[in-house]
Amino acid sequence: MRHPALEYFRLDRPGSPNLWCPGCGIGQVWYYTVQAINELGLDHDKVVWVGGSGCSGRMCTYWYKDSMHTLHGRPLGFATGIKLANPELTVICHMGDGETSAIGGNHLIQTARRNVELTAICINNFNYGMTGGQYSPTTPLGGITMTSVEGSMEPPFDLCRLVEACGAGYVARWTSAHHRQIVNSIKEAIQKQAFAYVEVVSQCPTYFGRRNRLGDGAEMMRGFLKNSVTKERAQGMTEEALRGKYVIGKLVDRNVKGYSATLHEFAARHSSGV
Amino acid sequence: MAAGCGLFAGYPISPATEISEVLSRRLFGVGGIFVQGADELDSLAIVIGASCAGKKAMTATSGNGISLMQENIGYAAMTETPCVIVDVQRAGPGTGIATKSMQGDIYQVRYGSNSDYSIIALAPDSPQEMFDLTVEAFNLSEQYRVPTFILADELVGHMMEKVEIPPAEKIHVLNRKKPDVPPDKFVPFRAASDTDVPAMPSFGDGYALPISSFARNESGSPSTSMQVQHQLVTRLWNKVEKKADEIARIETEYLEDADVAVLSYGVPARSVHRAVQDARREGVKVGYVRLITIWPFPDRKIKEIAEGVKTILVAEMNMGKVVREVQRAAEGAAKVSLLSKPGVEAHTPLEVANALKGLGA
Repeated sequence: MRHPALEYFRLDRPGSPNLWCPGCGIGQVWYYTVQAINELGLDHDKVVWVGGSGCSGRMCTYWYKDSMHTLHGRPLGFATGIKLANPELTVICHMGDGETSAIGGNHLIQTARRNVELTAICINNFNYGMTGGQYSPTTPLGGITMTSVEGSMEPPFDLCRLVEACGAGYVARWTSAHHRQIVNSIKEAIQKQAFAYVEVVSQCPTYFGRRNRLGDGAEMMRGFLKNSVTKERAQGMTEEALRGKYVIGKLVDRNVKGYSATLHEFAARHSSGV
Repeated sequence: MAAGCGLFAGYPISPATEISEVLSRRLFGVGGIFVQGADELDSLAIVIGASCAGKKAMTATSGNGISLMQENIGYAAMTETPCVIVDVQRAGPGTGIATKSMQGDIYQVRYGSNSDYSIIALAPDSPQEMFDLTVEAFNLSEQYRVPTFILADELVGHMMEKVEIPPAEKIHVLNRKKPDVPPDKFVPFRAASDTDVPAMPSFGDGYALPISSFARNESGSPSTSMQVQHQLVTRLWNKVEKKADEIARIETEYLEDADVAVLSYGVPARSVHRAVQDARREGVKVGYVRLITIWPFPDRKIKEIAEGVKTILVAEMNMGKVVREVQRAAEGAAKVSLLSKPGVEAHTPLEVANALKGLGA
């Protein structure tokens, strides 16, 4: 049986049909994104996929319509330009944890603060996969990677809380094992006329999973399910009890004005029609 | 705005900030969008994204800012995204002197990002040319799908002079060529054979445009093949360099019988012009050459000039940059000397006159 995702997939790209390792979660998120787009009935010619550089950055290169594969850490800047130039477009940005939180941290903060009407999906697999598995700002304390063979000595970033603090209109976190919930969140994110951030805790069995003895892709996903805690349940738990857990659910959904709408309304008011 | 700029994004930096300030007040009035970027990387990323979505877009910066933009400049060159970058050059290196002049970024705008690509750079010598050349920069950028620079001096950036703005119908505005085939026949990076420039649809046009700065084949698919790489890099280079005679503009005076030509660009050209006129009144056979286009370098025109004179004196506000290009282009046909002044103020006419006397002219 042909995979239903292939209908929307550029099949002439290197490593056809794709370059992700067996068991990787990125392909899952790719298809969840397409499902969300289809369930919303969007015109595919008006949906632009944007990515940075790295395993997750490659997602956009397989989208069969308009795509912009940009520089490591910078996709949100490019995505902002696209949205401001043509607000009719739906702009979806896939990013890895390294580029979202390290090199692109300021872009994340500023884009969330401005509330640019974008859907930013961060695939958080706790390491830089494309370069062979080095620690990133989301690697858990003690996590073993190629640049932290004795265990990471840096406390990890909670990106959802960061984006929430920046004022983003929508924030959600799921793991790759929450198929239906992710699709629903991406749908809400696309419809939200503000900056919408969806984090997907995902497996990198080749590097992070193997080095930390977390098993293959399926085993890692079972681990995600076991360690997921809903937002509501997490509220009654101590920081200590929450260590190593993934707080999942729709974390933020608030009414804020989108940046592109603000600028275009201003331009319409001040335009002399020249 | 006259050229059709629909979006500006820039980060405050002296001495380029005035461009942001004015556009923040004026651009919305013509239906455009102004954004103050979070930094130079953000600013140029927004500009490139906007250009791919169909808006003509520009940024302005200086000094450290142009250093920070280098990664995105390479991205724009590789993805062939039209954009205009104004570099109001300040004295450097490093933070240097934010409010003083120097022509230090000649090579940086040309070779600053990794590997081989081509760009266009124009050097205005007056506020009038800041206007005229910005329109031209947009046109060239659209026509050749390359980042195009206004390589201005701080001195011209802070100069107040009368500027004549022609009526809109007299301003020649060029737009990028859109595909003339239906989407199913469209090959994203196949260039027309006579121009080396592919047609460019915008996001949302239905052409499934795959933008990426990977080395890619004509269909936009990433490739590590040597053949694909060679074809791509050669085309990115040739589409500008092979058109150098068409693109590159210079201004000359008194060359017919000149023994010495004084070559300059930007604000120093104003002093050179005065010094050459004064010398001519004293009967000295000296000519005047001003580069309006720095990149692509006008090799052929410089060679012709070199063949007609004994010496070319290059006056520039740096330790000697364009002089190397002149030496290369002259191919030994004339002696090439440098009148260097590493910034703050431009050469005075007296300094140029003394240098001419030093050459025995």
